[in-house]
Formats: sequence, C-alpha cells, structure tokens
Amino acid sequence: MFDFLDSGQYDVLGAFWVTVQLTLYSAVGSLIWGTVLAGMRVSPVPLLRGFGTAYVNLVRNTPLTLLIIGCSLGLSQTLGINLGGETFKETGFRLAVLGLIAYTGTFVCEALRSGINTVPVGQAEAARALGLSFFQVLTLIVLPQAFRAVVAPLANVLIALTKNTTVAATIGVAEAALLMKEMMENEAQALFAVFAIFALGFVLLTLPTGLLLGWVAKRVAVKR
Amino acid sequence: MKISKAAAAAAVAVALSLTATACGGSKQDAASDGGASGGAKDKIVVGIKYDQPGLGLKTPDGKYTGFDVDVATYVAKELGYEPNQIEFKQAVSAERENLIANGDVKFVVATYSINDKRKEKVDFAGPYFLAHQDLLVRADDTSITKAEDLNKKKLCSVTGSTSAQNVKTKLAPEADLLEQGGYSECLTGLENKAVDALTTDNSILAGYAAQDKNKGKFKLVGLSLSNENYGIGLKKGDKELQTKINAALKKMVEDGSWQKAVDKNLGPANFKSEPAPQITEGS
Repeated sequence: MFDFLDSGQYDVLGAFWVTVQLTLYSAVGSLIWGTVLAGMRVSPVPLLRGFGTAYVNLVRNTPLTLLIIGCSLGLSQTLGINLGGETFKETGFRLAVLGLIAYTGTFVCEALRSGINTVPVGQAEAARALGLSFFQVLTLIVLPQAFRAVVAPLANVLIALTKNTTVAATIGVAEAALLMKEMMENEAQALFAVFAIFALGFVLLTLPTGLLLGWVAKRVAVKR
Repeated sequence: MKISKAAAAAAVAVALSLTATACGGSKQDAASDGGASGGAKDKIVVGIKYDQPGLGLKTPDGKYTGFDVDVATYVAKELGYEPNQIEFKQAVSAERENLIANGDVKFVVATYSINDKRKEKVDFAGPYFLAHQDLLVRADDTSITKAEDLNKKKLCSVTGSTSAQNVKTKLAPEADLLEQGGYSECLTGLENKAVDALTTDNSILAGYAAQDKNKGKFKLVGLSLSNENYGIGLKKGDKELQTKINAALKKMVEDGSWQKAVDKNLGPANFKSEPAPQITEGS
C-alpha cells in the first residue's frame, strides 16, 4: 500500500523539515510582533491603542490564504518586493513567514492581552508608585506575570500555526502540503495512503507540542 | 363481529397495497422500457473542470463552456441524453478517481491524461485529444525557443502538477520555478514580468491565451515537451460504457463536430492542434 514511498521520488522528511522551519521562524516572529501589539493595545497613547486595535481586528479577520497570496501577488510579483530573496524558492519562504507572522501575531497579542488582565491592578499601581515608567511597568512587572498565565493559550496558537503553514503551499513553498499535492497527482491509486501519511505527520508534530507546553503551563502558572 | 371487521379492513388494505404495487410495477416497467430505447431517462452526471477556460469553464451566469464540455455533451447525446439532462459536477484533479469509483459521476471529461497508475483505479475511453506540455510567454518575447533556455529563466506552473514536476526533474532543473495555486496567478506574474514563462499542457495555455481579456498579450512557443493523451475516465470494468463512448468519440471525429469544437474553443489563440488521436483504450 505504501510501496510508492520506496521509489525515492518523494522526500517526505525534507518536506516536513520545511514545515518545521516555517513554523519556528514564524513562531519567533509572531511572538515578538504579538508582544509589541499587546503593548500597543494597553499603552496610554491613544494613537498606538487605535492602531493596535485596528490592526488586530483587521488582520485577524482576514483569511490567511488571502494574506499569503497577497504577499506573493501584491508584494512580490506586482511591487517587486522580494525581501532579499534571489530565487522564487527563497522569496516564497520569506513571504510566507511574513504572512504567517502578520496573521499569527494578532492571536499572540490577544492571548497576551488576556494574560495582562489576570495581573491584579494593584501590581501596576504599586510599580507606578515606585516611580517606574510605563515601559518599565510593562516589561518588568506585568508581562512576566502575563506570560506565565498564557502558556497554554500560546501553545494552542503554536499548534494552529503549525497547521496553518500548509497555506504556504499556495505560493509554492515546498513544505508538506505541496508534496502532498504532488503525490496526489501521481499516486491517485493510493489516495488514502498519501492522506494518512500527511495526517500522521502533522499529529506527530503537534501532539508533542501540546503535551510539552501543557506540562510547562502547569509548572509556571502563578497560583493566585 | 370485531374479528370480521378487522379481517375486512385487512383485506381492503391488502387489496389496496396489491393494486398500488401493481401500478408502481407497471410504471417502472414503462420507464425502463423508455430508457432502453434511448428516451425518457432522467439525468446523467458528468465530471468536468470548472476553472479552465477553453476546456471546462463554469461562467458566472452558470453556463458551461469549453472543449471538454462539448465532448461531454456529444458523448452524452450518443448515450441517449439531451443537453438538458446532463448535470455537470466539478471534478478537481485530486478527486477524479474517487468521484468515478464512488459512482458520483458516470464519466469524467476533465483534461484527464491516460496513464498506468490511474488505470489501476479507473478505466479510460479514448483518447479524444493529444496535448503537449508547452510554454506560454509574453507576445514580444523571443528569448525562449527550446526547453534548455529555461535554465536561466523564471518559470511558473501550478503546485504539484505533472508539468511542474517535469520541469524540476527533467526539462530544466536549473530553472527558477514558482508554483502557484492556479494558472490565473501565474498569468499575473507573466504580465508583470515577474516570471518569463508559464508551462503546462498547450491546450490549457491556448484556452487562457484565447480569453478575450488576454488576446494579443501572450503567445505559445510551440514546443512538444511531453505527450498527454486525454481520455474519458469511467468506472473500472464497465466495458459496455467504454465501447459506447469510444464509438461516440469516433463518430464525433468523423462527422466533423470534433474539429469544430477545437476551432471554436481553442482557435482564437492560433493554436495548431494535433489531429484527433487514434482510439487505443479497450479495443
């Protein structure tokens, strides 16, 4: 049933490695971007608050496929912004990471904002009374506690991100979903076997993430 | 008294049901008689592509146009179905085998290349068309004349398609290949000079080049990089249907409808099609 794998024609592990790379780069990027957005949304400056709210509501409600194709068709092919990529392979990867960061950042932001709400107001008031600036209150007092509260929600965002990387196939990034399309084109007689391989691959990627971060969430949570 | 009443009621019920079934039976017989003589069958479901101009396209007002659609309509007519008895169903590439195997469609006419792996799951009738992998370039571009020229060029095709794989493994491994979700996205890149050529079967390319909005912008290079014999996919082992469809295709070529359909759908792109191929499947 799985004999087509022996032909050496398909690099399944290589494709999943690209998926992992996409996930890691996007995860780091969206964690940073999401934190910045969360900072904006709770900041005392109305303009920043407005931008944060508008960005999150706009991007979060735009389909990811649209964002990624927009990156490819709009940024790269029409405007010629290739993010320093020489070939379509490089450009596609970078554009996909950009699109995934722009999208996933909004979910990180909202998770983090819910975490900020778990920190008692007294903490921020006490810090302000000590003479700390807004930036200091946020980075030294509030965010460290907020992050510990939202490990589990962030794990969900990471798992969703892992699966969302398959959208990158639409702009030609050679990750798992693209290989799956190739195999479906060639191995139509074994459609369900192909499907099973990729379904299993994603379970193997996301299940350990969930278990590990679930354990971490229990360990670091602030008991109030 | 009670018993006799019940018995009477039961007798009436039995009598009624008997006449009812008799009626139903005779009606059914009439219907199947009509069917056998090519008359009052209800519907036939045919799988086509919805997104390939010139071959199989569903227009915004719900009509179907293209060469595959014309072939499907002709074959259905030979099988005894009027055009208004044909129900078209979308058959995207990855789902064609399953649609046929599950009996969701009677047959599939959807740029379906005959090959051995597919024959493990379905049978084919035909071929009814011989296409070649080719290149579409901007109308003023003369720098690409053979497959090797592609090694220094930017090329576009559809994710996972056979044409894209051919480029990667055989034709031009050095070429910078962009794989997009559909050919329309590739056309955007081609028009904006982000890519230099678009590759897939010449029939599909001709369909795009022949669209009103693209007229005069693009041209086919005219290479024969592969042979794709399009067949009509049908349920494995259905020899009777295969023979009937083959006969219909033969008739379509002989009475000139085939050439007319090619000219109508693919002609505007100055596409020189091959003559109708010999029928090789199942005979």
